[in-house]
Amino acid sequence: MSEARREVATHCPYCALQCGTLLGRDGAGAAVRPDPGFPVNQGGLCQKGWTAPTLLTVPDRLRTPLVRGADGAFTPADWDGALDTVAERLRRIRQRYGPDAVAVFGGGGLTNEKAYLLGKFARLALGTSQIDYNGRFCMSSAAAAGTAAFGVDRGLPFPVADLGRADTVLLAGANPAETMPPLMRHLGRAELVVVDPRRTPTAERAALHLQPVPGTDLALALGLLHLAVVEGHRDPHYVRDRTTGFEAAWQYAMTWWPERVERVTGVPVEAQRTAVRMLADAARAYVLTGRGAEQHSKGTDTVAAFINLALALGLPGREGSGYGCLTGQGNGQGGRELGQKADQLPGYRLIADPAARRHIAEVWGVDAESLPGPGRSAYRLLDALGTPDGPRALLVFGSNPVVSAPRAAHIAQRLAALDLLVVADFVPSETVALADVVLPVTQWAEEDGTMTNLEGRVLRRRRLLDPPEGVRGDLDVLHGLAVRLGEPPERYPTAPREVFEELRRATRGGRADYCGISYERLDAGEELHWPCPAPGHPGTPRMFLDRFAHQDGRARFAAVDHRESADAVGDRYPLYGTTGRVLAHYQSGAQTRRVPELGAAAPQMYVEVHPDTAARAGLAEGELAAVSSARGRTVARVRLVATMRTDTVFLPFHYPGTGRANLITGDALDPRSEMPEFKVSAVRIEPHPGPA
Amino acid sequence: MTGVLVIGNGPAAHRLVHRLRQLGHSGGVTVLGAEPRAAYNRVLLTSVLDGSLPPDAIALPRHPDGTRVRLGVTAVGVDRARRLVLARADDGRGMLSYRYDRLVLATGARPRIPEVAGVRMPGGRLAEGVRCLRTLADCERIGPGQVAVLGAGVLGVEAALALRRAGYEVTLAHRRAQPMGRLLGPRGGELLAERLRDLGVELELGHRAVGYAPGKLLLDDGRTLPADTLLLCTGVTPETGLARAAGLAVACGVVVDDQLRTSDPYVHAIGDCAEHAGRVSGLVESAWQQADTLARVLAGERVGHRAAKPVIRPRTPGIHIAALGTPDGGGAEVVTFSDPARGRYASLALREQRITGAVLIGLPQAIASVSQLYDRDLPVPADRLALLLGTASRRGSGALELPDDAVVCLCNNVMKRTLSDAWRGGARELPDLAAATRATTGCGGCAPDVRRLCAALERETG
Repeated sequence: MSEARREVATHCPYCALQCGTLLGRDGAGAAVRPDPGFPVNQGGLCQKGWTAPTLLTVPDRLRTPLVRGADGAFTPADWDGALDTVAERLRRIRQRYGPDAVAVFGGGGLTNEKAYLLGKFARLALGTSQIDYNGRFCMSSAAAAGTAAFGVDRGLPFPVADLGRADTVLLAGANPAETMPPLMRHLGRAELVVVDPRRTPTAERAALHLQPVPGTDLALALGLLHLAVVEGHRDPHYVRDRTTGFEAAWQYAMTWWPERVERVTGVPVEAQRTAVRMLADAARAYVLTGRGAEQHSKGTDTVAAFINLALALGLPGREGSGYGCLTGQGNGQGGRELGQKADQLPGYRLIADPAARRHIAEVWGVDAESLPGPGRSAYRLLDALGTPDGPRALLVFGSNPVVSAPRAAHIAQRLAALDLLVVADFVPSETVALADVVLPVTQWAEEDGTMTNLEGRVLRRRRLLDPPEGVRGDLDVLHGLAVRLGEPPERYPTAPREVFEELRRATRGGRADYCGISYERLDAGEELHWPCPAPGHPGTPRMFLDRFAHQDGRARFAAVDHRESADAVGDRYPLYGTTGRVLAHYQSGAQTRRVPELGAAAPQMYVEVHPDTAARAGLAEGELAAVSSARGRTVARVRLVATMRTDTVFLPFHYPGTGRANLITGDALDPRSEMPEFKVSAVRIEPHPGPA
Repeated sequence: MTGVLVIGNGPAAHRLVHRLRQLGHSGGVTVLGAEPRAAYNRVLLTSVLDGSLPPDAIALPRHPDGTRVRLGVTAVGVDRARRLVLARADDGRGMLSYRYDRLVLATGARPRIPEVAGVRMPGGRLAEGVRCLRTLADCERIGPGQVAVLGAGVLGVEAALALRRAGYEVTLAHRRAQPMGRLLGPRGGELLAERLRDLGVELELGHRAVGYAPGKLLLDDGRTLPADTLLLCTGVTPETGLARAAGLAVACGVVVDDQLRTSDPYVHAIGDCAEHAGRVSGLVESAWQQADTLARVLAGERVGHRAAKPVIRPRTPGIHIAALGTPDGGGAEVVTFSDPARGRYASLALREQRITGAVLIGLPQAIASVSQLYDRDLPVPADRLALLLGTASRRGSGALELPDDAVVCLCNNVMKRTLSDAWRGGARELPDLAAATRATTGCGGCAPDVRRLCAALERETG
């Protein structure tokens, strides 16, 4: 089988662009080159992508199951032993405390097949409602706002390549020049309007950079809608024929006249006007949001306000224009629609919807009554671990919440309070270090499957190498556990293709319909974007051209108003601390920190500070600073950046230990998406006396 | 449950009612609005005046369900002993009375009518052709012909510009030497006057109006101005009649303490009718803040009102003006910047690196940054000029000037040295350099820089 393969067409293991790559054998490992035929990256790759094969040979790769002994140390175990141990302990916990005492935490990097089977495993084998995933920390606000506006959430409801013909693109809280560099190949023609409190590499390329106070982008979006209307740029026919709810949305936007917006956001009136004119005068224009707009306790409303702007200008559902969310994680799209979300079943179905339950129960061959209901969302789930009402066991697949969850010190305590923590991963992440049982699993080049990228394109991940001895696929792990928990073996196929066939049936008729997609079609080179409801269907690269996905075919304006962030800056914590990403690292850094070239490019935790702010705090370039909030403190090297706002410091979140940016973030959640407020914490900065 | 009765239906009242509901107030809320229409956003009157918005577009969001809103009902008396408000309904239902546990006066302000002969008819009503600019009805009634705007304060300047945008011929008459002179000072006022003239507004400065007859306004030097409409923008007076008649303490406005209480603890006042800490603000931001505070007070929270800092930011598209604090500001350090040829002027008064007052004209970026620093009492940057002129981009102009360890390709972290070495090793063209170093293979944005570097190396060696 794979032994014969010298090179496979596959995709980069990291972000949601899923750049096409050709992966070939190179000695014991592999070498990668960009696939010039794949339209998303057009032959480009960033440093993460080029160095991804290094992940396959990292020296501390997990190669055997580990079970923590009575002495607190890990002991290598064989697979049967490890799975028996886990199953036995799960069974006991479930017997004693009920099915919801066992929880599952998934990831947006898992293949579609893994995400699907994980959701099924949780609902059937464990019978628990307690499953959610780290995508909640990623694009959940955009998903909630997009679903409300359009009836369905697909990150980009158009192919990435469409951006290449745009005249103007507004990027709200997105920094693709660092976070997904090859995307910039499609943004070379357009004039960019970048909304970001920092002058990022993306902002450097913008025709117009709007630099709001952190946490005020909702006011800015309302103000842009206000100007669009007052200056006569509203598309009245579009608003009348294709939308509802404009009047109610306008009543809030009306109160955000440009001078008021300026005072709240710090964005000059003139810049607001220019931004609106650039969008309105463009024949082809897009509004795109990223984590900067979304990771707030008002993230859903902020995205909704940007969608309102796009709707008023008549952009969504028109070829060559639109609104989209730049999904972050590799399978952030597929991961959010295949049933590992607390409130969802596969196909973007709601678990509380009786019809959805009936459909899925039939595919799974169970009684709809037996399916659990909605569970806790990610932060609430982690926060409840080990509490009297919360789960006592947690299975983690493809996530590293010790680094990536907000209020990280507290979350680490919650994990430590569990009776049982099981982590499946391929490197010893910070969360693995807290586990009771560690299950070593395969990674990208060692497995087959599908991923769905940020434009809803379903892609084949292809296996080049055999996994190292002692390593198993996640599907095998789920199968092994399920059988030990008394489930029929055939219910948990271990071949990705078989899982996908079931996934097709499960998503049939759902909002994210994969029914017409097959490995055969994908392997034959077809480019398929969901929804693809039948085998002969060509897929849907551009959604909403005729109608939106609501029953009446219309998009919905949202009546939203600005509100303050949960943390207020004041005497004790006078600065805004905002967190984000750097080019060399992906997510919690568990993978990229193990790649020497990436480690060298961005070796350690740092904090970006304006020189004046640093001077006032008695800090100079390269010194160690303590950045504190009401939740905790993190230690970082000072990096002076003259383009920073003097009231804001920036912290990358990829680093472990005392350098975790999430030691300072809090537990305020968006009421609709349950997204934590990663982007605004009130902080102070001061010299850190000791070693890091 | 406490029944709250609000007299007035402007922005302050509207905000209070919404906040009360957000804070979970479950008692009854009744709003008495003298105007026949629902609450609207007065700040946007000039957007109606210039035709960019229809009148119904400035309606504020509906009051929360359960709010009793009585429109066309004018309060005429407060019986504090019995906690009753007497009111007159416009629809002929006669006198009504409303009980309250807490009364909120949000009666706003009324335009000040100057003592100019002919402006009022016998009996006190405004003469034909004379308008104020306080309500939506005022905006809707402007007829054709030339308009004289009397008073070049903030509202007069905004209105004159709005009327120009709507195509009217406009003369702006002001008794002082400069428009908004009291706020902007002589140099700032001078610049504003120039910009107004550029935008087609005729100015008559330094003259008093002494008489009005339909079609014309007579000035104190004997000249007349065409005035098919005379728009009075001569200031406002807090509407304190009810409070005064009810025996509440009234100075310039209805006097309130930090809990927005009048001299009767069951009666509060907010917005343009209220005088807090010796000042009547007149700014909608202050009115909203007072409404926010009062909602919390009525919800039982122990909070005290702290007046917002005064930031005057007229709505004058095409002219960027801001006046913060007091003109001299009591600052120990004064920074001024004057560039009259480009219509730019700034004066910052600083004390201990904080802004105590500022006037800014023609500096859109600085207005945004300075008002934030002022609002939040933050220290100004060490580089004062950068603050006023906006921070210049620090982007390099090419690979040539970069040091050897500068990163040319961010996506692949390729330093200039690496590229130079590869070039010397024989990779002379972009694809070869890309293959050797991976530069340009990410976003592709550094390709021009890499080409420039090649050219430079060629010159060096050539």
